[in-house]
This record gives sequence, structure tokens and C-alpha cells, in this order.
Amino acid sequence: MIDKNQYLIHTEPFYQPQRNEIALYEAAYRNKLPVMVKGPTGCGKSRFVEYMAWKLGKPLITVACNEDMTASDLVGRYLLDANGTRWLDGPLTTAARIGAMCYLDEIVEARQDTTVVIHPLTDHRRTLPLDKKGELIHAHPDFQLVISYNPGYQTLMKDLKQSTKQRFTAFDFDYPAAELEAQIVAKETGADAILAAKLVKIGNVARNLKGHGLDEGISTRLLVYAATLIHDGVDPIDACRMALVRPITDDADIRETLDHAIDATFA
Amino acid sequence: MPDSVMTDHTRQMQAYWTKLDTRFPQAEAVFDACMTEALALLTPTEIDAYLEAARGIGKLGRGVEPLLEFMTEWPSTVQAVGATALPTVMATIQAMQKSPNSSAMTPFLSTMAPVAHRLQSPELFQQYLNITLDLMARTTGSIHGHHTTFPSPGLPDFLAQAPRLLNLLSLGGLKKWVDYGIRNYHSHPERQKDFFSLQSADSRAVLQRERSGTLLVDVTRSLDLYLRGLWQDEEQLIPYSTAFDELRKPIPYYDQLGIRLPDVQEDLGDIQAIDRYRAVLAHITGHRRWSHPQIADNWSPFQRMAVEFFEDCRIDTLLIREYPGLRRLFLALHPHPAEKACDPETTSCLRHRLVMLSRALLDPQHGYHDEDLNAYVPRFHAALEHGASSTGEIATLALSYVAKTRRQSDQFAKIHFDNTVVDYRDDNRQLWQFIESGDEEAAFDEPRKIEPQEITGLPPRHYSEWDYHSQSYRPDWVSLYEAIHPSGNAADIDRLLQKHAGLAKQLKKMLDWLKPQDKVRIRYQEEGSELDLDVAIRSLIDFKGGSTPDPRINMSHRTNGRSIAVMLLLDLSESLNEKVAGSEQTILELSQEAVSLLAWSIEQLGDPFAIAGFNSNTRFEVRYQHIKGYSEGWNDDVKARLAAMRAGYSTRMGAALRHAAHYLEAQKADKKLMLILTDGQPADIDTTDDRLLIEDARQAVKELDQKGIFPYCISLDASLKAGEDDYVRDIFGQHYTVIDHIERLPERLPQLFMSLTR
Ligand SMILES: Nc1ncnc2c1ncn2[C@@H]1O[C@H](COP(=O)(O)OP(=O)(O)OP(=O)(O)O)[C@@H](O)[C@H]1O
Ligand SMILES: [Mg+2]
Repeated sequence: MIDKNQYLIHTEPFYQPQRNEIALYEAAYRNKLPVMVKGPTGCGKSRFVEYMAWKLGKPLITVACNEDMTASDLVGRYLLDANGTRWLDGPLTTAARIGAMCYLDEIVEARQDTTVVIHPLTDHRRTLPLDKKGELIHAHPDFQLVISYNPGYQTLMKDLKQSTKQRFTAFDFDYPAAELEAQIVAKETGADAILAAKLVKIGNVARNLKGHGLDEGISTRLLVYAATLIHDGVDPIDACRMALVRPITDDADIRETLDHAIDATFA
Repeated sequence: MPDSVMTDHTRQMQAYWTKLDTRFPQAEAVFDACMTEALALLTPTEIDAYLEAARGIGKLGRGVEPLLEFMTEWPSTVQAVGATALPTVMATIQAMQKSPNSSAMTPFLSTMAPVAHRLQSPELFQQYLNITLDLMARTTGSIHGHHTTFPSPGLPDFLAQAPRLLNLLSLGGLKKWVDYGIRNYHSHPERQKDFFSLQSADSRAVLQRERSGTLLVDVTRSLDLYLRGLWQDEEQLIPYSTAFDELRKPIPYYDQLGIRLPDVQEDLGDIQAIDRYRAVLAHITGHRRWSHPQIADNWSPFQRMAVEFFEDCRIDTLLIREYPGLRRLFLALHPHPAEKACDPETTSCLRHRLVMLSRALLDPQHGYHDEDLNAYVPRFHAALEHGASSTGEIATLALSYVAKTRRQSDQFAKIHFDNTVVDYRDDNRQLWQFIESGDEEAAFDEPRKIEPQEITGLPPRHYSEWDYHSQSYRPDWVSLYEAIHPSGNAADIDRLLQKHAGLAKQLKKMLDWLKPQDKVRIRYQEEGSELDLDVAIRSLIDFKGGSTPDPRINMSHRTNGRSIAVMLLLDLSESLNEKVAGSEQTILELSQEAVSLLAWSIEQLGDPFAIAGFNSNTRFEVRYQHIKGYSEGWNDDVKARLAAMRAGYSTRMGAALRHAAHYLEAQKADKKLMLILTDGQPADIDTTDDRLLIEDARQAVKELDQKGIFPYCISLDASLKAGEDDYVRDIFGQHYTVIDHIERLPERLPQLFMSLTR
């Protein structure tokens, strides 16, 4: 039997709610509805899911999706052993059996033929057929499917199929409002409120340029990085260039504008 | 044409044509295209004026050239600088007509649009015309010792060079350069010509000397980003020249049309020119956010001046509150006059007092001792302590300051001006409303709510186009829309590949030769070069366990050592729908087969590659259709798009090359190859000059070269065999092949690719 405990989150992760998303998530969970969390990179999607798992006291199994992933990587496969073959559950199967929350991070990265295996788990059937094993799993009542994706770089190429999208309730995340985001940065890193507010301000300069040469603004994650560096004694201007500007763009005009914003913010 | 089939449109065109009243057949040839452009850019009144002016030019008796140039250039000129300059343009032509300078008409008209696009403001364009007239007046008919009049030797060359000169110089710099030429070569026709055609050494030296500072047009994008990013504001930036008003230097301002800034800015100490522009923009944005207009009538000029200084300081203080680093910038640009610089016994010192106060309000280290000044600084800060205060409140404080510090000598005619101009501040015209004199000043905009713009769909990208007449780019001339190509049935492509299975086998042998040795595995292949043991065992387990085994048990290899990225750009214009001589297939169908085979081959080699198609319907609509991206494999999605390939419209090749290049350029590969498959020459319905788009494509190919991209054209143009006008060579130099037997394209295309990349 699998040890359920290994998937439990024991200490409370810090999560700063933006609106009433916690109550809404609890309602979705109570009613066994699958959840999709959309939002730009580094805005707190993964953190939210982690927090909910802790709050609901349920195990959390996270799968980072990639394009080489096959359906077997999710569902499971036979392995050879001394006596012949042995079936090994994949993470999705494990979650369905033990009643965990299964979090498929960046689902659009997976190929579409992989994505469809989740379909029977997401409607009223709540089943998972293991074709090769000839078994039909009825999901544990505590099981829930959560997926995340970033509509920003859905580019022309990558998007979820409508038939997949329409199986989920959805949260639309975005970078938090300035004060909230500053609180998050401060709390995560021990930075003081003034520094945190300045970093958020620079973040917002970049977000205003989205679509004008930037595909994505500066994420909360990067703001946390910058604050961490500054907290460690790095000069704020250097830290900002390194953590906020250089990673996101090579466009000279945009760099220059963001560099100027940094200079203008740190007198 | 019988009346019944004449549509409203053609009837309207007829009426325009009648109005133009010309018999030149060349004019008829360009007429529709010109009118299409004009109708898109001009108002009905401007259309009338356009035709009227063109009619006049056509009747000057100087041939068709001036008429053609005017017709093609004027709409674009209006787009850049409006139509207000038309009377001066016509006056200039009249002046040429009356003098011996009629041969300057054509160069004048042909560079008018690029000049206007560089200058971007009606005032500057007007000044450019003045420079032209001045040059003409001063160099015509004055050759030493002769009494007859001669045409200006330098004028035609100057006009032909004008766009190029304005790429380097501000208008003020241009004027100085012209003046130098006139002064020194006034009576040396040959040397004057050399000077104005940039042949002579001193001509270039003066050019270099005048070429200082940062031109606004060159930093406009950065400044747009600045406004948008830091202030969530956006506005047209319009240059003015400081070179022409000697007495009153123009000051930045803004009105309904946009923010007016000097056309060139110098570095100042360690402050870069672009930061000086940023300071002005910040200050103006501050007014737009926080200032409210005041009724001017009740206040004296002195009182108004004081209110302006106080309000400017309030705005700067609020700006610094947003971005503390601005304090350093403002102080570096703000005068810091000596306290005793002005003598109140002889001179009006109010300006001097106010500038010192202004300094002190922003600079804690101002170092002034004046009692009143030191009393008002804390009062000012107190007013702003809890919030933004307001224009009204700060005006009250200003009035009390004026009353407190009034001196008899303030009325003196001699005013102390030295070191009192704060040049990042605007002229505050928006701060005042005049009740008496009606609405001569435009009312202050309602406090603007600035809403961040939503980006919906893919916005067009703009590309410049090369105009060989003026040897310059027409900036942002072409709008290109990118979209995913619609999908059809992927199986159709598989069937095509099936049909060429024999050919594929042959190709595969050649491909194997091409593959370098260091390889990485690609697993899960139904057909591959060797068995993938891991997967095979897994399949075996499945098989033994009684379930269906996965047949994808082979693997093949992708190469690591070969570093070539490929872009295949397909011309999807109307002509592809034609049937190939002696065959039932259209060029399009053959292209489809050929592209499928090529894609399959490139996939075998493991080179990253992309496929896109393009066609165009005037410069306002170049469509770029995404068929395969670098991150996509040769999969069913891609095949489905290829299966749905359709042809229509025209071939504006330059913009498509540039857009494709920006994708290819981003690839990390040692060699970058762009294959262009096309069946005819670049053309579009809004362009009648055949050379124009050929020359633009040729220029785009040069740009590719500079980006390290190797372009190669596969032409299906049957007419080329005849060895006629060889535009492909003009565009691509040696980099092209003409496929004479189009039926053999499916075989030739992959072979060609292999030989190119061997
Ligand atoms: N609401 C929040 N409460 C607490 N921390 C947050 C919050 N939002 C963002 N963060 C911080 O931002 C970081 C990035 O968040 P997270 O990893 O959840 O992003 P994500 O949205 O999952 O990004 P990606 O799409 O790139 O995976 C977190 O590690 C945390 O420091
Ligand atoms: Mg995440």
C-alpha cells in the first residue's frame, strides 16, 4: 500500500489570498469539480494549489508536464521483474487510488494525445481505465484534478483543446494588486515594506509594456528573487538589473527603459 | 463602357479622372493606385485640392514626370505632415517654373514624401520648403561674369539627397549645411554641384560637424516605452526645430495633437540627451495628471508667472514622489543662479527670485539665505504633506509670495533673464483659461483617465519599404498580419507522400549521407533506423501481459553537429492557381507535394525548420500565414495546414522576407537558410511601378545578408526561361534557381535543399 503521508503538506505554506479564491476552491473541492488555474508565469498558481492541499489536509501529487510525456507516464506501465511483469501505477493513478489532489502543472506542454487520458476522470464518471492492465479505477472520493496553464505564451501554436478546457472550473490569476504584491514580497523575503513597494513598482513598469515588445511582464517570482538578493547585501540597482531586467528581454530599447525605471526608483 | 455595368465606384473614378484633365497615358496607368491611396488618406476637400494641384502640374508643359511624382508622393506626404503645406508646395513649383529651375521639379516632388516622414510635423516641413526656396533664390543665375540666368547648379542634387541628409541631421543642422554650401560655392557651379551631391570632402566634413546630438525621431520608440511603462500614458511626439526662431526659442508644450519636443537634444554634462527628453515627458505627464486650468483674467502677468513656478514645483515634487530618482535628473537640469546675480536697484529681479525659489523647493541643499524664500519653502512642503494639494491651493500660496516680496523695481523694463530658464518644463499654455478673449487657448483636457490598452488578436506589424527613387526607406509603410493557416485534412498530405514513396526512398539514401555523426536519439518511432531496446521490451511485456503492444519500438537519430535552421517561405499569390502547361495539376498542388517532401526530408535531417506562406492586398494588408513553427514537429497539425493551402491576391515580398527573417534570426544555429518559393515577380495592386517592389525585395535580401541569413530563391516563373527581364537575379544575385519543368518540382526541391546544405 502506498504511504499517503508522504504526499501530505505538513507546514502551512505562506499564501496571500487575492480575493475569495480560497472559499471558491473549497466549494469546488466539496463538489468534486476539477479546477484549472490560469495565469502568467510566477504569479502564485503553484503556491495556491499547495496551500489548498494543506488547508484541505489532502495529499498533493504534482506532475510537471513536458512534451515528451506519454500517457503511460501519467497512468502507469508494466515493468519486468524476476517473475515476469509487474504493474507500476503512474502518478495520476496513484492520486485516484489514494484520494489525492493531482496537480498537472503547465498542462499545455503535454501532447494532446496525452491530455485526453484525463477526460474520464473529469466528468461524472470519475473513472480511469487502465487499458493495458484491464482495470477500471473508480476514483477515491477525495481525489481531485487540478491543472495550471499560462494563457500568455499560448502563442499561435499551443492551446488546450476546447473539449479539455470545458471540463474544468477555472480561476483567472494575475499578478496581485500593488499593495498585496508588496506584502507578498516582504513576507517571502523579510524585505522592508518600502523596498518591496519599489520592486513592485518596477514590476509594473514592465507589465505596462506587455505587448509592446515584451511577451510577459516581470513575475512575482522575479520580484522575490530581487528582494532576496538585496536582502543578502547586493546593491539594489545591480540586483534589479540581474533579477528583473536581464532575464526577460534582449530588446535594447526596453532594457534601457527598464534600467531607467530602476534608476528613477532607487534615488 | 456601357452605363449599366458602371458601378458607383467606377463612376466616381471617372469623375476624378475628368477632374485631373490630362492626356498623359502614363498618368492613366498610375491613376487608380494613386486614387486608392489618396482616398484612404485624404479628406474629400483634400482630394479636390490634390486633383486640382495635379491638374495644374500636368499643364505646366514640363512633361509627365512632375505630374506622376506629385500624384504618387502627395498622399503619403499628407499622411506624415498634413495638407497645410500644399500652397507652399505649389508656390515652390511655380517658382521653379518661372526660374530656369524647372528641372528641379521632379527631384523636389519625388523626395517630398520621405522628407515629410522624417520631419513628422507641418511646421518643420514648411521650414524645409523655406530652405529649398532660399537655396534656389541664392544660387540661381548669378555666375560670375555672365549676365544670362542659369539654373541653380546644386538644387536638384540637394533635393535628391534631402531624405538622406535628414536621416543624419536635424533641420537646423541641414540649414547650416546648406548655408555653408551657398556661401562657399555660390559662384562655382561645378563645386557647388559637388557640395550638394555630397561628393566633396568639405561637404562631408560639415555634415559630420552638424551631426551632433540625439534626434527625436531616433529615440521615439524608447520615449514611447518610457511614457507607457513608467507613466501609463501615450501621446504622439511631435518635433519642432529650435534653429529658426532666434529671438524666442520655442519651449516644449502639448495640445490636442500631441507633445511637442525639440527635434534634437544634446547631452548636458553627464545627463544624456534621452534623459533630457524623459525629463520633459515626465513633467508634461505630471501636468496632465495633476494640473487644473485657472482663469487667467484676474491676475497680472507677474502673478501668473509666480503661479506657474509654484505649480511646476508642485508637479515636480509629485513626480519625484513617484520616482525618487527624478530628483537628481531635475536638479541637474534646473538652474542654480547665484543669490546676488541680479541687482534690484537697476533690474527687474522677479524671475531671478522665482527661479531661486523653484530651486529651493526641489533642492534641500539650495544654500540660499533669503528670508522670504526660506519662509515659503516649508509652507510649500506643508501644503503637499498630506496628498497632492491642488493647482488652486498652490496658486494662492504663489500670490501671497508675490505680494510679500514685491519690489518697485519689478516693473523695470530691464529684466534679469540669465540662467533662469528651466528647460525641461513646458510653456504652461494648458494652465490658463482666458474668459475675455474667448477660446483662443484650447481648454485643458478633462483629467484623462488612462486605461491600459487591451491587446486583442495579433496586432499588425509594420515594416518599412525601400523606395529606390529616394534611396531611402518609407518608414512603417507596410502592415503585416500574421495568422495561423487554416487547417484541412492531414491525411491528404500523407497520401501525397505515399504517392512519392519511391522518390522518398531515393531521397532517404541521400539524406543519410548528409547526416553527421554525433547523433541524439528520437524514440517512439514506428519506422526508425534501429530497434529501441527499452521500448521494445516494454512492448514485449505488454504483449506477454495480453494487451496490445505499442508498435513504436524503433528509434532514429537526430543530429547535433549539423547546425542549420531553415525557413521556407511560400508565395501564395493568385497566380499559383494556374495549371502547369501539359498537366492537370496547378502550380499550387505541385508546390504542396514538393513542400511535403521537403518538410519530410528536413525532418529526417533534424534541422529546425519553419514554413510560412504570404500574400498581399495592398501595403495595408500583407498576410503572413504560419504553417509550421520551429517548435512544432512534422505532425498532423502541420500537415493539415499544408493540406488547406490556398492561393490568392498579390506578392509583396519585401515585408514577408523581413517578417520571416525576424523568426529565423532568433534561431540559434550556425547557418540560417531562407528558401523562397515563388512563381513570379513581386507586385501588388497599389503599386504601378514594377521596379518598386523588386527593388524593395532586393533591399530586403541585403538586410537578410546583414543578419547572417542565406536567402535562396526557387523560382517557378516559366517566363524566365526566355531570358527576359531577369528580376530574380536583381533580387537574389546568384542565389536562385529556376525550375523549368515544374512537374519535377517535388523531386527537385528536396534535392536542391540537400545540395545547398551539404
Ligand atoms: N499569493 C501569493 N502568496 C504567497 N506567495 C506568492 C503569491 N503569489 C506569488 N508568490 C510568490 O511568487 C513565487 C512564484 O509563484 P508560483 O511558483 O506559485 O508561480 P506559478 O504561477 O506557479 O508560476 P509558473 O507558471 O511559472 O509555474 C512563489 O514562490 C512565491 O514566492
Ligand atoms: Mg508553477
